[in-house]
Amino acid sequence: MTHAVATPLPVRIPIREILPYAVFVGVLSLLVMYFVSTEQGAVALFDGTTVHELVHDARHLLGFPCH
Amino acid sequence: MPLTETPTLTVRSLLVWGLLAGLVGGLLAFGFASVFGEPAVERAIALEESAGGHSHGGDGHSHAEEPTEEPADEPVSRAFQATGGLGIGAVAYGLGLGGLFGIAFAFAYGRVGRLTPRATALALAGFGYVAVVLVPFLTYPANPPAVGQAGTIEERTALYFAMIAVSVVAAVLAGAATTRLTPRLGGWPAGVLAAVGYVVVVTAVAKLLPSYREVPDGFPGDLLWEFRIASLGTSAVLWAGIGVVFAVLLHRGTARR
Repeated sequence: MTHAVATPLPVRIPIREILPYAVFVGVLSLLVMYFVSTEQGAVALFDGTTVHELVHDARHLLGFPCH
Repeated sequence: MPLTETPTLTVRSLLVWGLLAGLVGGLLAFGFASVFGEPAVERAIALEESAGGHSHGGDGHSHAEEPTEEPADEPVSRAFQATGGLGIGAVAYGLGLGGLFGIAFAFAYGRVGRLTPRATALALAGFGYVAVVLVPFLTYPANPPAVGQAGTIEERTALYFAMIAVSVVAAVLAGAATTRLTPRLGGWPAGVLAAVGYVVVVTAVAKLLPSYREVPDGFPGDLLWEFRIASLGTSAVLWAGIGVVFAVLLHRGTARR
């Protein structure tokens, strides 16, 4: 017999299982997104304008204040 | 109930699907931005340079906190900015967002409403777009090159991120309120009440925050419109791409035959 519905019941993933991933991915993702959205604009970790110039168009079109 | 192998949802697989969805979403957003966004960016840069503003790719920006910055050789050529640079930026941002999306799904699934996994993923993408992109955009719209004073970049950036934070926190609270009020009021009234609460909060905050009128005199209105619509569209493609690809991967991964 085949069954049409195989929708898994909403089973919560325990918070303690999510938390380490959440912290690690949160830090890494936000760092990457910071470099695309902000670095060498309002805030600069590195001197120069290379990062800003590289992601310039993406920063504008993703809606972030660029300059 | 038919006996099926209970599909176990692990955070690891959610993260993998989120990253893959982010990669695809970033590539799609790159494609959209190339076609619909770049013409507006090019026109704005041409206007900016003819108006004697800072040049792009040529000799670097004049930044408020880097007044001495004036490298002779261009760090990134304008041609690469519009192609490779845009692609790198869009895909890197997409990967970051996709990873966060996978984690957000892990928290949301089974905790907010009783939607199927795919519906939860699409709802998360839709509400995420509204909270992270649309509402902050309506408060502080995206600006093309040539629009925006260098002197206010720090305030504008801080306020833009503050608006994203307010909007996301208000949306999460609205979601929690819906879950909390549903047993008492029923799903619809609870949802509508929470949505109204969210809209009231973000509207009031947007009204209270300072606004900036920095579009130069004579800047073409149609160009501003074209750029801003392209900007909203780029983010819409990114979020929709992440939501749909994540939903597909999730479905394939959980509903094994």
